[in-house]
Amino acid sequence: MGPDRLERRAVISGIGQSQVGRRLYRDPLDLTIDAALEAIADAGLEPADIDGIATYPGNQDVPPGFSGVGVVEVQDALRLELDWFAGGLESPGQLGSVINAIAAVATGLADHVLCFRTVWEASAQGSKGRSSVTMGAGGTGAGYRASGFMQWTLPFGAPSAANWIAMMAQRHFHEFGTTREQLAQIALNGRRNAARNPKAIYRDPMTLDDYLGVRMISTPLCLYDCDVPADGSTAVIVSRADAAADLAHPPARIEAVGAAIHGRPSWDQWDDLTTMALRDAAAMLWSRTDLTPADVDVAELYDGFSFITLCWLEALGFCGHGEGGPFIEGGERIALDGEIPLNTHGGQLSAGRLHGYGFLHEACVQLWDRGGERQVAGGPEVAVVGAGGGPLGGCLLLTRDR
Amino acid sequence: MADSKPFRVLPRITEQNEHFWRGGREGELRFLRCQRCGYWIHPPAPVCPECLSKDVAPEATSGRAVVHTYTVNEQPWIPTLDPPYVVAIVELPEQEGLRLTTNIVNCDPYEVRIGMQVRVTFEEYDDVWLPFFEPAGSAGGEGR
Repeated sequence: MGPDRLERRAVISGIGQSQVGRRLYRDPLDLTIDAALEAIADAGLEPADIDGIATYPGNQDVPPGFSGVGVVEVQDALRLELDWFAGGLESPGQLGSVINAIAAVATGLADHVLCFRTVWEASAQGSKGRSSVTMGAGGTGAGYRASGFMQWTLPFGAPSAANWIAMMAQRHFHEFGTTREQLAQIALNGRRNAARNPKAIYRDPMTLDDYLGVRMISTPLCLYDCDVPADGSTAVIVSRADAAADLAHPPARIEAVGAAIHGRPSWDQWDDLTTMALRDAAAMLWSRTDLTPADVDVAELYDGFSFITLCWLEALGFCGHGEGGPFIEGGERIALDGEIPLNTHGGQLSAGRLHGYGFLHEACVQLWDRGGERQVAGGPEVAVVGAGGGPLGGCLLLTRDR
Repeated sequence: MADSKPFRVLPRITEQNEHFWRGGREGELRFLRCQRCGYWIHPPAPVCPECLSKDVAPEATSGRAVVHTYTVNEQPWIPTLDPPYVVAIVELPEQEGLRLTTNIVNCDPYEVRIGMQVRVTFEEYDDVWLPFFEPAGSAGGEGR
């Protein structure tokens, strides 16, 4: 590819992850520090080398457990001297923070950026109850009035992305004949892979009958189409490529980023509800590389809800628009030994809702042949990572350093 | 209607959205419309995205719509708002893509289908008139 793409000047040099689980009741900053120190050490760096921080969403007034930890808490806990930092809810999905970090190192604003995402939704929901979670800043609801986007959904009892994604799935079912049996394969594949991941939350076998028999959340999405609230923190170090030459191990190279949003930035006003913002992000990604979907050895694609993964598969061109159902039917194609191994750690549906960063962590695990029992055979060289759904979407194409 | 309405989270009324949330007082489903090019704007914004005119004003629609997509919510997210109930995105005939999220009421939740013709029906909560939609055919009771 002719022009020098800025992202080629950045690499991922290290990864780390805290303890992951349901209701750990551990301080989210404590989890974050575990992940951060592990990632810094994995890269062969010291905290003093870190001159940037990027996170999503940062300290925000959002439902309990979602915001996690912000920039300043981590900076202060580790006494980092930062040249650059960014957090924020408005970005192309969770990976928007990593894409920000890539831009920062590529343009010389920082050398080594600590990127992290911390969630403690399981503990927050366990102690505070679900109603407060869905009311956001409004607590129990008394006297609370919705504004912004939520004013258009909360009065109608639709507070959750489960409702909004369900309506997108329903439209896809209607237009293309997609079925619950097909969608089930995302969950079943995740569970099979989770059985090989010691950190996954749900590892017991799941059958199609289990899936079809479990309670519905919001038709056509059942409980097993929805990811598992978890506590945990994931960190990655984004380094300037020439500053990473002599680090601990060969890094993952960044071949291309996708961060575009061309459609209306809204869950219910998006132009074609059978697609999502990932459509635009994926198109941008492929416009920045000579590689094609056929070159991808492993795909780590967001499954906050199973239907989002199906949309990512279509958006990234593994199959045509509307063909996601037949593509995943039977599950062989997306299995660990299939054409395009998908969500090899179990995804958020089984391994826990680490909110996007878990997929990036797993892509590096696979490219670095650290997958143990779940390692994709043959030394995967190209991985695609996508995170976000609805009007949020960002993606990365990573390659193994040679 | 039942005598005691379930608790609902209500919108914060502003100068920009009042026409929408209180239009039901006069039985009207209102949206901002560009007075220059006629484009309907939702959610409300101070400028027409089509022609960039700032001459926008509320106008009543027909109140008719088609179910663009829907879901039967089975999860008790909100105390006293008991599932199952239908959340839908409906599209108005006034303009392609003129949509809103709402509830489909006055019918069996499991009878709702994409493409179904519906019409607006308002329910008053404090100072807000929530626009729900009911089947426009015989099931909804024409002329009620």
